[in-house]
Amino acid sequence: MAQIVEIRWHGRGGQGAKTAALLLADAALSLGKYIQAFPEYGPERMGAPVQAFNRLSDEPILVHCGITNPQIVAVLDQTLMASVDVAHGLPDSGQLIVNTSKTPQAIRQELGLKGAHIFTVDASAIAQDKIGRDIPNTPLLGALVKVTGLFDITMLLHDTEVKLKKKFASKPEIIKGNLEAIKTAYDTVQGKGKE
Amino acid sequence: MPTLAKTGNEAMAEAMRQINPDVVAAYPITPATEIVMIFSQFVADGLVDTEYVAVESEHSAMSACVGAAAAGCRVMTGTSSQGLQLMSEILPIASALRLPIVMCDVNRALSGPINIHCDHSDTMAVRDFGWLQIFSENAQEAYDNVLQMMRISENKEIQLPGMVTTDGFIISHCMERVETIDDAAAKQYVGAYQPLKSVLDLDNPITLGSLDLQDYYFEHKMPIVEAMQKAKNVILEVGRDFGQKFGREYGLVETYKLDDAEIAMVALGSTCGTARVIIDELRAQGVKVGLLKIRVFRPFPAEAIVAALKNVQAAAIMDRSDMYSDQGGQVFCEIRSALYDADKKPLLANYVYGLGGREICLEDIRRICADTQANAAAGKVKQLIQHYGVRE
Repeated sequence: MAQIVEIRWHGRGGQGAKTAALLLADAALSLGKYIQAFPEYGPERMGAPVQAFNRLSDEPILVHCGITNPQIVAVLDQTLMASVDVAHGLPDSGQLIVNTSKTPQAIRQELGLKGAHIFTVDASAIAQDKIGRDIPNTPLLGALVKVTGLFDITMLLHDTEVKLKKKFASKPEIIKGNLEAIKTAYDTVQGKGKE
Repeated sequence: MPTLAKTGNEAMAEAMRQINPDVVAAYPITPATEIVMIFSQFVADGLVDTEYVAVESEHSAMSACVGAAAAGCRVMTGTSSQGLQLMSEILPIASALRLPIVMCDVNRALSGPINIHCDHSDTMAVRDFGWLQIFSENAQEAYDNVLQMMRISENKEIQLPGMVTTDGFIISHCMERVETIDDAAAKQYVGAYQPLKSVLDLDNPITLGSLDLQDYYFEHKMPIVEAMQKAKNVILEVGRDFGQKFGREYGLVETYKLDDAEIAMVALGSTCGTARVIIDELRAQGVKVGLLKIRVFRPFPAEAIVAALKNVQAAAIMDRSDMYSDQGGQVFCEIRSALYDADKKPLLANYVYGLGGREICLEDIRRICADTQANAAAGKVKQLIQHYGVRE
């Protein structure tokens, strides 16, 4: 069976978990990869816990069921961790990336998690600073690309620019802000996995 | 050929844009809403020449489709579940009037209880209305099937409406890699529509939808019977031609590692992809297992199914719907019937699964294949029909 990377995104309705999954898939597609990006199926409610998923592979992806054991989990909102088991199904070798100002050690303690590699990045602060709004999904993408090494950051920046240009043709400052946010998160993500 | 990231719904809307139908009449319903929403944006942006008719119900949508098609227009629509059921009164009229309307249909459970997730109950419930039905495994097939269905429906020998389905959310909302065809090539493939009849053609006046009692009603149903028979060859020709032009060939059914298989799984739609993964895994362990994917459900490819299963010892028939007849699902009943006269036929067991979006995971496929192996080894079926995955 082809090697498939599986990713789960946790966020709240409106934070852009689904968009993050779509942007990541789109960037991977530009690299010639096979992709899947899908939201947790069901009614969407602003503020409620939501999930989105990715599968990435060099070979065609045939499987069409949910993802229960992702290698990578990205958390867009740290307050979710009080009510959602964000590390569910994550193997000891897995990677957990959290949007928070806290350190990986602090998150490990909070979750009482023994296995997995934990990384943190203050994606909300970066988004406030660079985009002017707390939209942590694009900076978190930058952090994810850094810690997973899935692909080159310049590829992600280029692809996001192309994608956002279509959506925000009349607001170039949003595009610039997003690209800067991705780059900053890429540079400032904390954790080596074995804190 | 551009490679794009598209959901099943986006892929179907893209095919509709390239087809550029004269009229689209539709009413939104989850999980098919996006198809007509995206298409209405194409209309608003001037990317198509389509007259978009926003109606107040699916009954009106299909009625408007019938009217427009009778006037000689190329017509498309999209719906799901309760929306498809609300169209029910008009669906057999579209086929009886031989109107080649093409519908993008997203498979979803029927109320009640209310449920927006995938099963095949909605599409199976309208299987006897003279509509062609093609199931898609993924977004790529959804795109390819919509283009092909236009050709099949409009074929002079066929002239029947057709629905192309995807599995709700599983495919409709899953973004995947889709190889699309250039606009010009897609338009050329589908071709310009030359209607055989139009109620607006005053030089050749026709009557459509008249009262037709004991005298001729029966005779007037026979062309549907004959067109469905002929459709099998036309679907094969269109699928072969599509393969020659674009590299992806399609048939009535698709077999996967079935040639030397001792046991088989038979399924429709997205489950086939998940099944392929387990078939590869079991093959690596030396288990001779294969997949028979039923792509076309109407017309029912009985001959192809009998031929594909003739050397199989035991098969699991997967039904994502129930007929509530105490006889298993629709796929099971039709396959069992098709095999009645066959000299060589496998033991069959029916798995009604996944109702209301209940997940079918790799482990489930593994377990059903193990059951099927046990049936083959025992030379008899342990349980004929089971509702798989239901909690006690």
